[in-house]
Amino acid sequence: MRAGHATRPQRDPIVLRLGKTVLGTNALLAFAFLYVPILVLIVFSFNESRSVARWSGFSLEWYQKLFGNEALLRAARNSLLIAFVSTLASTAMGTLTALGIDRYRFRLRNSFDALLYLPIVIPEIVMGISLLLFFNLALFPLLQALIQVRPTLGVPTIIIAHIAFNIPFVYVVVRARLVGFDRTLEQAAQDLGANEWRTFWRITFPLLLPGILGGALLAFTLSLDDFLVTVFTAGTASPTMPLYIYSLVRRGVTPEINALSTVLLAASMGLVGLSLTLQRRR
Amino acid sequence: MSGKAEHRSRGPLMVVPAALWLLLFFTLPLLIVVAISFVERGRAGGVKLPLVFTLAYYQRLVDPLYLGIFWSSVRIALIVTGACVFVGYPMALFISRVAPRGRNAMLLLVMIPFWTNFLVRTYAIKLLLSTEGVVNNLLLGAGLVEAPLDLLFNNFAVVLGLVYGYLPFAVLPMYASIEKFDMTLVEAAADLGANLRRAFLRVMLPLTAPGIVASVILVFVPVVGAFITPDILGGGKVEMIGTLINRQFGVARNWPFGSAMSLALMVMVVVGVAYYFRTSAEKERPL
Repeated sequence: MRAGHATRPQRDPIVLRLGKTVLGTNALLAFAFLYVPILVLIVFSFNESRSVARWSGFSLEWYQKLFGNEALLRAARNSLLIAFVSTLASTAMGTLTALGIDRYRFRLRNSFDALLYLPIVIPEIVMGISLLLFFNLALFPLLQALIQVRPTLGVPTIIIAHIAFNIPFVYVVVRARLVGFDRTLEQAAQDLGANEWRTFWRITFPLLLPGILGGALLAFTLSLDDFLVTVFTAGTASPTMPLYIYSLVRRGVTPEINALSTVLLAASMGLVGLSLTLQRRR
Repeated sequence: MSGKAEHRSRGPLMVVPAALWLLLFFTLPLLIVVAISFVERGRAGGVKLPLVFTLAYYQRLVDPLYLGIFWSSVRIALIVTGACVFVGYPMALFISRVAPRGRNAMLLLVMIPFWTNFLVRTYAIKLLLSTEGVVNNLLLGAGLVEAPLDLLFNNFAVVLGLVYGYLPFAVLPMYASIEKFDMTLVEAAADLGANLRRAFLRVMLPLTAPGIVASVILVFVPVVGAFITPDILGGGKVEMIGTLINRQFGVARNWPFGSAMSLALMVMVVVGVAYYFRTSAEKERPL
């Protein structure tokens, strides 16, 4: 096999070396492009002066200011609550759906499978405004007619919206995990006398768990980070973290925003670490 | 036997919660958008009651002003997508050619931005380009300019911010394709007398095309409807479909027109993606 190489017309090694250099330089520049802005942001969050471009000394002043900021803490609490509840609900529904579609054949199964991908494909802003219209022009007037009280947009409507856009993502992740699922293990358990319930909890669920946790982690991150759907379903009384950051970022650049961004970056890194540990367990 | 009958209904039962949730909070809201786009607006947002049917908002969509904004959004999205593929493809190729240890580290570096808040990343660009930012500070310090440049609030800043935001999304699908690609095929082409350029264009590029197309969709779809980047880095001076729609639900208080515009955006995106899935499905059929 190797002998063929000797007779092959020699390719110009300079071209290859050049190619490698060009590829390496491109990758280096691209990574620099991705990370230099983040590094600058982090560095100046520790700056003593208000400048975000000229270093004058190390200080934790901007971080201290964050922790005394009531509005920020309330936004953080809202975000965590919304992410937690919407993750639980969407993970349960998404997982059930993945199992149901993977293992059973029934009417409308294929149309429902297609419907599940639609929320991933359509632009987020369209989903946001559609929910705004739905709540304000359909659900709220209906509830007003029924219970004489007109609800307003707030944490519950945000949770409803986040569950809706998270279900498809959990579904896709769990479904992918089901593709490589060895069903003979379940048959073996049943042959050995386990009933269906026991088979599910002792065999199916543990094997599926990394997929479920992966889906849940994705849902949690998407919910924490979401801006566009949230902004249309939040009303004015209950900002989440992204809405709060948005209002700051629009106004200008300050070291406080740098500090807040750095805290969020650290939190994201924590989630990345968690997701890698999960993947390793697969 | 009763067990079998129970089995048959179990699949539908399992999907009922998600199906109801999505019908109620996804499909129905979309239908309401369709309905609202055909009725007259109310004065302070909402719609005029009793409802009055009109096609005015669709007629307004083809007004040169709005067509122009649609076109400039598409153009920005095409430039951003092109830049992401142009930089991302060689990047993916490089990553696939290094030793496993370095490869995993680089893939992690590509993936970290996925997990990072998009607003934070957009802010990082605003920070660099602002008048009191690092770039201007360096230029002033080096004596290259006498007054800070206005780097923000123009098309360039928006395109840069979008490429920054979506480059990682472009790299991963192309990496997946290139990694599966059998490099000995390039050698085979070379053995048969093709130069590198020809081997790349005739063998490697067509075989890694599915990854490129996936990247294009993953970048183009969110970018054409982008709101955050044009809003923050465009500062009201760069208009895209997303900022235009947002305005109809904010200061302009024209919900029906915003609905018509959203539908136009959605149809554009969904038709594009459906076209991709049809053509890629055809490609997978055996010859």
